Amino acid sequence: MNRRKFIKQTAASSALLSLGSLTTACSKKTATKITVLHTNDVHSHIDPFRPDSGKNANKGGVARRATLIQKLRDENPHTLLFDAGDIFQGTPYFNYFGGELEFKLMSMLDYDAATIGNHDFDNGIDGLYAQLPHAKFDFISANYDFSNTVLEADVKPYKIFKKGGVKIGVFGLGIELEGLVNAKAFKETKYLNPVELAQDMSRTLKEKENCDLIICLSHLGYSYKNPQKISDLTLASATENIDLIIGGHTHTFLEKPTAVSNSAGKTVLVNQVGCYGLYLGKVDFYMGSDVTYSNAQLLPVV
Amino acid sequence: MSFKFIKFTGLIFVFFACRDPKVIPNISSQRIPIEKSIKPKPSIENLIKPYKLHIEKSMNEVLCYSINAHSKKEGSLNTAIGNMMADAVFELSAPLLKKRYGLDLDVVLLNHGGIRASLPKGPIRIETAYNIMPFENEVVVSQMKGSVVMDLVNYLRTAKRAHPISGMTLKITKSGELGLLKIQNKPLNLEKTYNIATSDYLHNGGDRMNFFKKNDSVFRLDYKIRNILIDYFGSQDTLKPKADMRFTYTKKR
Repeated sequence: MNRRKFIKQTAASSALLSLGSLTTACSKKTATKITVLHTNDVHSHIDPFRPDSGKNANKGGVARRATLIQKLRDENPHTLLFDAGDIFQGTPYFNYFGGELEFKLMSMLDYDAATIGNHDFDNGIDGLYAQLPHAKFDFISANYDFSNTVLEADVKPYKIFKKGGVKIGVFGLGIELEGLVNAKAFKETKYLNPVELAQDMSRTLKEKENCDLIICLSHLGYSYKNPQKISDLTLASATENIDLIIGGHTHTFLEKPTAVSNSAGKTVLVNQVGCYGLYLGKVDFYMGSDVTYSNAQLLPVV
Repeated sequence: MSFKFIKFTGLIFVFFACRDPKVIPNISSQRIPIEKSIKPKPSIENLIKPYKLHIEKSMNEVLCYSINAHSKKEGSLNTAIGNMMADAVFELSAPLLKKRYGLDLDVVLLNHGGIRASLPKGPIRIETAYNIMPFENEVVVSQMKGSVVMDLVNYLRTAKRAHPISGMTLKITKSGELGLLKIQNKPLNLEKTYNIATSDYLHNGGDRMNFFKKNDSVFRLDYKIRNILIDYFGSQDTLKPKADMRFTYTKKR
């Protein structure tokens, strides 16, 4: 697949804008569309917000998210669904059942993978481990070293998916736990430098595993005033080979992904959809080969 | 993607290189709001239902009654609801500290921002405790020298916020000068060691309470503040918390 050539052709030929071509573009047989759906910081928000909940009133809800995801999967079978951590903590569902229902629901929604947020340690690493039997999806984290913990065998650094002949490598990154989570909760979990691990992971996925798309599930946070603190934006510019960073932790509501230039001058998208399951993020990658993509003009629809 | 769906979601963001040169051209994205217009999936609702019923039943259990409603906004340097919380933490932590570690509790310090809801008038339920204290924070007891307690006092007099306290009386001038300080009704002894109960959040430097970082001895009680509230409510018939004289401005002379 020659993606660079494809990008050039698309850019050169997209002078005309027409809404009518939307369906044409999506139904092109020769390009494979990979849909990446994502959530972050859902924080045990299973029911929609109550009508008296201010600006969030009547929004969210897992059962609605399920309907939407089903619809999107029906439209495009080459769909992946991820979560960027902080699944736990925020409603009595977590206090009463310790995350059992959250994991059962995410399994029913067919999540493909999730990374681990700081609040996912709120019942301790043992509390997280105890709920794993309810999760049919995988947890991935490249920079938490769980080798002396109960999670040793259950959390992998990355996972590879194949959809419509496209190879998608996904790795996870977590935030520094010291000072954020009780030491007795995360026990022997070691936090490793996310930038170094992201470089390692993306190199492995690109060069060894020959992935066409590389996605990072990050719970590092979108950006910080302190430039020393690693965020998704600093990670994006300091690394190579990542196509999309799906973020969390800072509850940042982005209307659209932020485009960041990476260390090789290529574009990385950083996205985050706030929190509490109020939104579902959707990023479509059109993986073309020798197609001249002249019909791919899209307009914002408001 | 069908047009029907576009109407359905209402909000679609699609962008291409010709519109924004920074964006990769072969990617489009949307942020789809989860709203009332999306029909909930029945199989998901069915899975949730028994969990929901269990919680509702439990949350609605009435523990006691409150004569009045109290918001953390009423009062200047101490509030009825804050005093109730700090006193409840004192009352329920002190025996545990004595039993487990043989220590006497001197002071409780919480933070004003940690009171997340008002105390309603009428029936007080388990849900009330969850609303006031939604977080999982636990009580920890920090052992500190009188000189470090002075840092704590300096924090309070410069913050001039109604951070809930118990076991301590403090008067300050409008400009933040210290007027009176008593701990367990005695003047502060800079050489003595004091036992200060707080939440693990504040102990870890939350709300910039950095004086906690200076202390090496920390005693965990494994008692969540919310559970303290639930146990406290359960031990009372009626609640009538009051703002009092524990933290006030000095009277003008």
